[in-house]
Amino acid sequence: MAETELEHKQPNYAGVFWSLFVLTILEIIAANAPIAKTFSVIALVTLAVMKASLVALFYMHLKFEKQLFYMIVFFPLLLAFILTLMVLADKAIA
Amino acid sequence: MKSESNIGSLGVDTRKLGVWLFLASEIMFFTGLIGSYIVLRFANLESWPVPSTVLNIPLTALNTFILICSSATLVLGLASIQRGDKEGLQVGLFLTILLGAAFLSIQMNEYKALIQEGFTISGSIFGSCFFTLTGFHGAHVFAGVIWLTVVFLQSFGPRFSRDQFCGVEMVGLYWHFVDLVWIILFTILYLI
Repeated sequence: MAETELEHKQPNYAGVFWSLFVLTILEIIAANAPIAKTFSVIALVTLAVMKASLVALFYMHLKFEKQLFYMIVFFPLLLAFILTLMVLADKAIA
Repeated sequence: MKSESNIGSLGVDTRKLGVWLFLASEIMFFTGLIGSYIVLRFANLESWPVPSTVLNIPLTALNTFILICSSATLVLGLASIQRGDKEGLQVGLFLTILLGAAFLSIQMNEYKALIQEGFTISGSIFGSCFFTLTGFHGAHVFAGVIWLTVVFLQSFGPRFSRDQFCGVEMVGLYWHFVDLVWIILFTILYLI
């Protein structure tokens, strides 16, 4: 490709779209299901992470990019994870 | 503008690198807001309302679907210009702008209904968190719609072709990031 690196196959955009659609419906079901709050939260966070990963990997083409872009995304995500973990741990102790 | 001149010493397009670095700073920005939300929520567990008793979940689920559709129309527009189909790009961009505007319109109506019911930014901590997080996200959507409109207008000139579409890729990266942030916000603000 002339402008940017696109020597990869076109992702299955329709497949990603329908996956996001189904995962959103599953989220609504999980939020309203008569299950323990802990399980509901775990299910919802897992589904949200799956949806966000699909968008980043396929719509943002991260799956097909050079490692440098992974590094650019990885470090703020790592910091975000550590911050969230520390806040949760602090609140759990308090 | 020839492509080779934009490839920096790292072997990547410097324009795209710039957008990714900007998005990295945006990750930290929203992490700060979400971190504050977690602190405030855990500090006020007893008084924190069940979101579904205050917020309109079906309407927001529809809005989430609209944003997911807008990401799909944008990638289809990008795929079109990569095949040299300029009309496909224009249709994709136009639909994305419409869907982005629809998202904002529904969000404004949601705000109006909530404020009429007495749920305001100063009424409760949940209200402060809700309006701050969704408001900043909405501002990002607004900026994205403006950027998309600029790219849409540029698409009528000679700027984009089968070999030159970095401008579309850059607005796409931003728009998909905004979609990604909404996926997280929808879960933590409305569903959990």
